[in-house]
Amino acid sequence: MATAEMGTVFTHGRYLTGRRLRAVLRQPAFVGVGLVQPVIWMFLFGQLFKKIVDLPGFGSGNYLDFLVPGVVAMNAMNGAMWAGMGAMEEIQRGTLDRFLTAPTSRVALMTATVAEMAVTTAAQTAIILVLGRVGGAHYPGGAAGIAVVVAASVLVGTVFGGMSNAIGMTVREREAIIGVNVFLMLPLTFLSSAFMAPTLMPSWMRHIAACNPVDWAVRSGRLALAAHPDWPGVAWRLGALAALAVAAVALSVLTFRSYQRSV
Amino acid sequence: MPSTSDGEILARGLVKTYTPRGSAPVRALDGLDLSVAPGTVLGLLGPNGAGKSTTVKILTTLARPDAGRAVVAGNDVARRPDAVRRAIGVVAQRSGVDPVATGRENLVLQARLHGLSGRDARARADALLERFLLTEAAGRRADTYSGGMQRRLDVALGLVHRPRILFLDEPTTGLDPEARAAMWAEISRLAREEGVTVLLTTHYLEEADRLAGGGGRIAVVDRGKVVAEGTPDELKGALRGDAVHLELGPSADLREACRVVAAVPGTREVRGVGSRGVSARADDGAAAVPAVLAALQAAGAPAASVTVARPSLDDVYLRVTGRRYAAEAAEDETPAEQHHEEVAV
Repeated sequence: MATAEMGTVFTHGRYLTGRRLRAVLRQPAFVGVGLVQPVIWMFLFGQLFKKIVDLPGFGSGNYLDFLVPGVVAMNAMNGAMWAGMGAMEEIQRGTLDRFLTAPTSRVALMTATVAEMAVTTAAQTAIILVLGRVGGAHYPGGAAGIAVVVAASVLVGTVFGGMSNAIGMTVREREAIIGVNVFLMLPLTFLSSAFMAPTLMPSWMRHIAACNPVDWAVRSGRLALAAHPDWPGVAWRLGALAALAVAAVALSVLTFRSYQRSV
Repeated sequence: MPSTSDGEILARGLVKTYTPRGSAPVRALDGLDLSVAPGTVLGLLGPNGAGKSTTVKILTTLARPDAGRAVVAGNDVARRPDAVRRAIGVVAQRSGVDPVATGRENLVLQARLHGLSGRDARARADALLERFLLTEAAGRRADTYSGGMQRRLDVALGLVHRPRILFLDEPTTGLDPEARAAMWAEISRLAREEGVTVLLTTHYLEEADRLAGGGGRIAVVDRGKVVAEGTPDELKGALRGDAVHLELGPSADLREACRVVAAVPGTREVRGVGSRGVSARADDGAAAVPAVLAALQAAGAPAASVTVARPSLDDVYLRVTGRRYAAEAAEDETPAEQHHEEVAV
């Protein structure tokens, strides 16, 4: 890519991200509403499965400590999965066509969506971490651990946000997005170690979970928050998430071509 | 292949087929040709589904044709879309306004995407807000705007970078008569005073007539093709036959008057209507009227009034498509237009 083009991607990305963040700030309730479900899960499951840590081999002292990174990843995925709705809204409203008939960078259009989601996800993750702390969770990994939790949540959000955008741009039916989300949400959540230690999972589940991006986010966060973090374990999972995130955004940029063929 | 010197907008043989989910393919464009000279207005006229919006989408780089070629502002839309995008302003059928942003924010963002500096973008936004009577609402979110205000903001967004060419897809649909008249004035002014080339689509006969009136042209689109093209007068003139209607004075003899009118060169189909009316067709009604009036005067049967009804675009549409426009557009509640020039004698 030429330098001038890169410059355009950057400046347009900045303007368009600013536009989206402004919209979020004008409707801050959405950020809060999105948090209701994960917070309920956190306290409900935190209470319900409190004694689960006593199971031999669970290997963690406090269930809420264990649960917080799981809820963070789940929340990031949940929120991002609806990004396609926003993409469709922009199409239906005509805003997207306005940008596309101007010399707007296509890459910037998609990265702006991703950047706005990243900021929103990071803010929600911070709120969940604070609420978890209030509820009695401990984060012995300190600042570095917290940074990893936030980064992992942003990356997993980008993966599912990019995919959802691609579906929104190509299928352009609310039902399709709802269907995909309903189909994927629970399996992806429960085929991960968000709620249960992998050592106690049936082996087939453990194997599936090892390939689940949600699990990568959960476990990189959990490992980093531990008193003695397993940094290589954190690194490969974050790296894999980053690679998937780049692929998902690239896919969603490609969908502009399919949109151009179909309008 | 079109050469780039023929016009600001050129299209040759555009073909576009859509396949709606679960139904047979629809050929939206079937070899559409088009040419618009710099600084002129072209109205694409046709009922919904004729292919007008698809044409605009292709010319504005939004859609790719299956076949054919289009050159806009000297650039091939398929090969140099970004150069085309810099030269054009687009006011789409659906409003492109961001409802959560204010009018000013919408304009500044659009200006910045077109490469204006922050200061220039703000100055341009303020100038456009003033020109489109939105200064007072500039700081309000666009979702609080009325339909007319939002449409004006749409046009302002299309003009932010001073484009050479402006595309307007159904710019006045949904506007009240006052807002529509204001929109017409603005579009005419852009072409006349700023030399902007304008391509607009409409399914209102009256609108096409009015906007193309000052030297602009109309292209009638039917089933994905341009079936007639010219100035409104050329199109109507091709029909060769204005309706001339005379009301005679109280003392006139109707049969004698009919005979006199029929004897004037250029008139035909002369009929008596009621007790004192005479109707006829003339190749050029306006030119025939003085001779008809003089002949009646000489025959001692002076006319009290005369009306020349020009052929309407509705008649043009009927002739080129074989169908009545009013019936095609019935769902749009567009009454067939009647254009009368009344001359008191």
